[in-house]
Amino acid sequence: MADMLGHLFDGLSLGSILLLISLGLAFIFGLMNVINMAHGEFIMVGAYVAYEFQVHLASLMGGVDRGIWFIAAIPAAFVVTALLGVLLELLLIRHLYGRTLDTLLATWGVGIVMRQAARSIFGAPNVQVSAPSWLQAGLNLPGGVVLPYDRLFIFGLALLSVISLYFYLYRSSSGRRLRAVMQNREMASCLGVNTRMVDAATFGLGTGLAGIAGCVLTLIGPIGPSIGTHYIVDAFIVIVLGGVGSLPGAVLAAVLIGVGNTYLELWSTASLGKVLIFAVVIGFLQWKPSGLVARKGR
Amino acid sequence: MSSSIRDSTGATTTQRTMDSDARTIQRTLARSGASWVPLVLASVMLALIPPYALGPFYLNLLGKFLTYAIVALGLDLIWGYTGMLSLGQGLFFGLGGYAMAMYLKLEACGKRLPDFMEWSGRTTLPAFWIPFHSPVFAIAAALIVPSVVAGVVGYLIFRSRVQGVYFAIITQALTLIANILFIGQQPVTGGTNGITDLSTIFGRPLEAHGTQVALYEVTAISMALVYVLCRAITNSRFGRLLVAMRDDEARIRFLGYNPVTFKVAVFVLSAAIAGLAGALFVPQVGIISPDMMDVVFSVEIVIWVAVGGRNTLVGAILGAILVNAGKSAFSDSFPDIWQYFLGGLFIASVLLFPNGLVGSYRTLLQRFQSWRRRGESPVV
Repeated sequence: MADMLGHLFDGLSLGSILLLISLGLAFIFGLMNVINMAHGEFIMVGAYVAYEFQVHLASLMGGVDRGIWFIAAIPAAFVVTALLGVLLELLLIRHLYGRTLDTLLATWGVGIVMRQAARSIFGAPNVQVSAPSWLQAGLNLPGGVVLPYDRLFIFGLALLSVISLYFYLYRSSSGRRLRAVMQNREMASCLGVNTRMVDAATFGLGTGLAGIAGCVLTLIGPIGPSIGTHYIVDAFIVIVLGGVGSLPGAVLAAVLIGVGNTYLELWSTASLGKVLIFAVVIGFLQWKPSGLVARKGR
Repeated sequence: MSSSIRDSTGATTTQRTMDSDARTIQRTLARSGASWVPLVLASVMLALIPPYALGPFYLNLLGKFLTYAIVALGLDLIWGYTGMLSLGQGLFFGLGGYAMAMYLKLEACGKRLPDFMEWSGRTTLPAFWIPFHSPVFAIAAALIVPSVVAGVVGYLIFRSRVQGVYFAIITQALTLIANILFIGQQPVTGGTNGITDLSTIFGRPLEAHGTQVALYEVTAISMALVYVLCRAITNSRFGRLLVAMRDDEARIRFLGYNPVTFKVAVFVLSAAIAGLAGALFVPQVGIISPDMMDVVFSVEIVIWVAVGGRNTLVGAILGAILVNAGKSAFSDSFPDIWQYFLGGLFIASVLLFPNGLVGSYRTLLQRFQSWRRRGESPVV
């Protein structure tokens, strides 16, 4: 029983990580039909923001252990990656709307450049960010199950991101404008919405979410210039399973893949677990080609 | 055809139309005749000159590039002509390479167990390795295994009408999964190192100059044959259907064709071509590792075709050779600059030269010709 609870928690925790890394990608892909292959590199940038905060600002904020720097690094990572995303949209993505496959190639090139830039600036070896002390212990449940605080923190942050995204999209005037542009660009434009601005903001929001993901990934392991490539394909699998452009689909898919992967890995090996998950997703697409939660036709 | 229509639209009399039709036919004939002569010439030159003109190092390098050109041809078939961006070509290349490497490894080991199996504590050869004692089986497997993988996955993907970018994502995931699987199953695949220390092929040392020349010749001839095959396909009815599916799949379906069959066929073919390239790659380079079957390599194949010019076949060959020549010239001495350049190449080939070198050259040529024609006799 305790074991099962522990595994379930591991699965949910993996799911929340998957959700954080795929949320921005799903957002950009679903709303703008742009495949951002540089998403992993935006995650990497977010991770390095956390690293820089620890190295340079932690002493000003009461030391590494107090962890104020870490809390401050999360919005900072969001802002930095969002600004980079807006810049990318203005310079490149803007010219590629409607050419989805070409966005894949061009952003792959952007990813290469960003990876190399990180290598030039921070060096090729991985660096370690040490978590604040209050995230290093765990919550002891009766029955010997320990829920590590850092995993709980990631879980909470994923939840918070989804909820804020929902409120932004469906409960704010800016979100309403965004949805209007994505549904009918001409009409929105006629009604006075600055569509170019909305495009840039949407892309920036998506990459900003990647920055948040990168920030919390520093809790899990060392970070390096090519950290993004480890996560990008997983993020895509989540989107394909969830159904493009569907926030609930992405949430459901991330949780399912996280839990499924954990159990399949227990039952076989780590590498076989991934193979099986992939087989299950392909099999599922046979049954529902448009994913778990299909977007309604207009 | 399109040029004849364009020419005749401006003509007012039947006489002029017939004249221009006759001219078009003449031009077309001349062009098709002319397209075979340079092909044969180029193949003969490619087969004969480099073994004498290049030193062993550069001959080996060119041989490697030609195997890349073969994969690129396969990708052009499925991406340039059929419009499906496959990021699985690296996987198929790797599968072909592993099949060949398994044979070479067994030959190198003689009666003993391959070294990496001993290291990971195996005492017997796995059952699926045993047939690879036979070179015929290994070469057949290099073609058939990728084909079967492409056939099964392709059928499942296309049957559920997964299209466009989803195809790219799923093939990319497939490549990643295979990569993880090969790294994870170290006792039977050699893990991260792959299969190394290959020494002989058909009893001849791999490093010997004679072997290298022979391997180069086989590669050059294979590339020419693959090119002819791809050209024949794109000129055939099947090829026109592929282009039609790229441009409007629904229409093809309404006309009574089943796109699934054609798509699976072209995917399988491109996989077999990639497998062949992998099998030719391994004896020339002497190693196969999971690095050759990962996502990065798969996307790089795409950039070769994009730089050369998709939808042209010649562009795939040119792009593969040029980009890799650039890579081997710069990546050792200036690795940083090369990475920036490669990234820039992706962006530029999408943003500035979507038709690649060959496409841009053709556009220029057309402009020049129409400019000259206008000088002779003003049509339109």
